[in-house]
Amino acid sequence: MEYFNIFVKSIFIDNMIFAFFLGMCSYLAVSKTVKTSFGLGVAVTFVLLITVPVNYLIDKYLLQPGALAWLSPSLADVDLSFLSLILFIAVIAAIVQIVEMVIEKYSPALYNALGIFLPLIAVNCAVLGGSLFMQQRGYSSIGEVTCFALGSGIGWLLAIVGIAAIRERLRYSAIPPALKGVGITFIITGLMGIAFMSFMGIKL
Amino acid sequence: MKKLDLIKLPFSKNNPITVQVLGICSCLAVTAQLKPAVVMAISVTVVVALANLIISLMRKSIPPRIRIIVQLVVVSALVILVNQVLTAFVYDVSKQLSVYVGLIITNCIVMGRLEAFAMSNKPLDSLLDGIGNGLGYGVILVILGFVRELFGRGTLWGYPIFEKLGLYNIGYENNGFVIMAPMALILVGIIIWIQRSHNKELQEKS
Repeated sequence: MEYFNIFVKSIFIDNMIFAFFLGMCSYLAVSKTVKTSFGLGVAVTFVLLITVPVNYLIDKYLLQPGALAWLSPSLADVDLSFLSLILFIAVIAAIVQIVEMVIEKYSPALYNALGIFLPLIAVNCAVLGGSLFMQQRGYSSIGEVTCFALGSGIGWLLAIVGIAAIRERLRYSAIPPALKGVGITFIITGLMGIAFMSFMGIKL
Repeated sequence: MKKLDLIKLPFSKNNPITVQVLGICSCLAVTAQLKPAVVMAISVTVVVALANLIISLMRKSIPPRIRIIVQLVVVSALVILVNQVLTAFVYDVSKQLSVYVGLIITNCIVMGRLEAFAMSNKPLDSLLDGIGNGLGYGVILVILGFVRELFGRGTLWGYPIFEKLGLYNIGYENNGFVIMAPMALILVGIIIWIQRSHNKELQEKS
């Protein structure tokens, strides 16, 4: 039951975009059509699903204070947590490189549609943020961590597909020239954020 | 490009947040109060300026295939340094900023300026460009932090201004909504609106 709680919480209540504003740059830049947004959302979910559990293992057995005790008792007071950032990023960059090669081989159309934004998943705040939140919140098992990763990815996917669908329809609206494009997207994302705030009081 | 332009342009015409649309994530999350906003602005300026300088010094000897990895390593090292400095000297603010200091690594402004400028320009120009973009980012952060703290809590930098002015006695209430996350997005949208109304060439044609 705990797994389901974490899963639903990560999608709606702790939504990566509307609650924490992570991954906004590619969210704003790629959301012009629903198809590419969906492709990017799936790629980000996949990267999160792999990197967050791997980083959890690295954090648990290598980085936390006292984590190295399994190697030898004399290392029990070594605290390598200051290396977290660089190790997490290294894992993320490697996984994104692999995902990029896999997509290039199996779906060249999606690869061309995503263009530069596929390698940019490596610097997507949502992906690094997922690992950092996992470290900060202290989940107790790899199952919980996987549910968190899957939920966060799906939440991000929902947000980017939602704004893409709205922007596709906005093309036929009479928006003041100074607001066209980025300006109105910000305001609409703010309104969507207000809507998602309605989930805040839910206790699972 | 003249040296002074490198610092002036990112302030308004090429502002990283409102024109280049980079660095949005952190700008929205840390501006609920003025003090974390200023600390974040200084941190990002330091990281962008130094990263630009270092990568520009190395630019002729980085193999193209691994340049993203080299950039990430340099930026990560700088952010770890900045993180330790913040934890040591302004511990309460660093707790408020929590994961967002680490997220400076993935701050699009840093990577964006490295790719767009530092990889193909001289070190001094890159340093100035980094400082300029950091300041442009800082301006927006300070505006957001100022509005959100003043109207959301009635304080500025922790100093209870509205209370001292006696506004609560005549029935003024804090606008609690402004502290919440979505309001920052709407405020940035309004800033973009105002900026683009003044500078017609920034408006998108479609």
